[in-house]
Amino acid sequence: MAMPDAAPASPGCPLSRAQVVDAYFMEHRARLLDLAAFLDRVDRAGGGEDDFRMRAFRAGVAVLQDGRPERARRILELLSDPSTEPIAKAGMKGATGAHDPAAGKA
Amino acid sequence: MYIDPHVHMVSRTTDDYVRMARAGCVAITEPAFWAGYDRSTAQGFFDYFRQLTDFEPRRAAQYGIRHHTWLCINPKEAEDPVFAREVIALIPGFLEKQNVLGIGEIGLNKNSRNELAILEAHLQLASDHGLLVLVHTPHLEDKLKGTRLIMDAIKRFPKLDPGRVLIDHVEEHTAKHVLDRGFWCGMTLYPDTKCTPQRAVDIIECYGSERIWMNSAGDWGHSDPLAVPKAQMEMRRRGHLEDLVRKVTFANPQRFLSQSGRFSAEPLRPTAPDVTR
Repeated sequence: MAMPDAAPASPGCPLSRAQVVDAYFMEHRARLLDLAAFLDRVDRAGGGEDDFRMRAFRAGVAVLQDGRPERARRILELLSDPSTEPIAKAGMKGATGAHDPAAGKA
Repeated sequence: MYIDPHVHMVSRTTDDYVRMARAGCVAITEPAFWAGYDRSTAQGFFDYFRQLTDFEPRRAAQYGIRHHTWLCINPKEAEDPVFAREVIALIPGFLEKQNVLGIGEIGLNKNSRNELAILEAHLQLASDHGLLVLVHTPHLEDKLKGTRLIMDAIKRFPKLDPGRVLIDHVEEHTAKHVLDRGFWCGMTLYPDTKCTPQRAVDIIECYGSERIWMNSAGDWGHSDPLAVPKAQMEMRRRGHLEDLVRKVTFANPQRFLSQSGRFSAEPLRPTAPDVTR
């Protein structure tokens, strides 16, 4: 009997762990430094406190190092609006990239 | 060879058609979308639908690319439901055009009640006419909630077979939800705000290659009309078999779109420009 939550057949990654690192290390080294430099830039700018975007960002950075799988999915969920009902009216067309817990509160 | 099943060529230059053709693009589908500003009259949409069903197929054919389209009013212009319903009323008059595959890209943007009502009006139209549906899911923080609301709305229309509905712009947090409910899903390859080619290939590796495609959604914003061939390169870089590359960039979109009875990816000899027009 099939397991109800069985994952669909997936091709997986044909590369070995070492081959993945060989192929992608340099570009992700650069992205790691971009991330560090961004956080340094925020600090240097001084004044004020983190807004909801930066709080979510720092929570996402913590996910990178928690040792658990599916980091991309979990960071996207962390940035997402957790509510389930339609809002009364769209106040803007765009998106900020992170859910603002204060949005919609009086 | 590949199909780009979601690209907004009205926003792109003829040079992009040339580059896409040289990269192996043989067919595209172009959903109706937001122009970057709200149209002031329904007549503006009438002219836009003429562009999508008349001018754009002829422009694409000059480069050997078969052009198909989807019609709707985009959710970004759905907050005025009276106006949106005026536009929806125009759509049946275009359904006999030979390059119209269905209704799209409909969906939600900010997940508002008006957007949901207009989504349901589009779904009713698709249900009444037995049309394929192409769904836009919201951006960024609104995507997960919006995807769930959209799937629930579609399920309220029992005549709409999930196998004839493609839910686009999925990412790691929505792909499995969409596939588990029997829909097709699309991954949009954007430089910043959706999937990179690398992440799209990761999603295929994790969730499989059934009922899934990739598209560039190239438009007037930061986007890349050559994103699909770049994703093909990414798959080859990892050692994926050519059969799998072809499946997700050609065979899968061909299979879904052929349900319309109007889609073709057969080779097309580039046509001469019509200098009399």
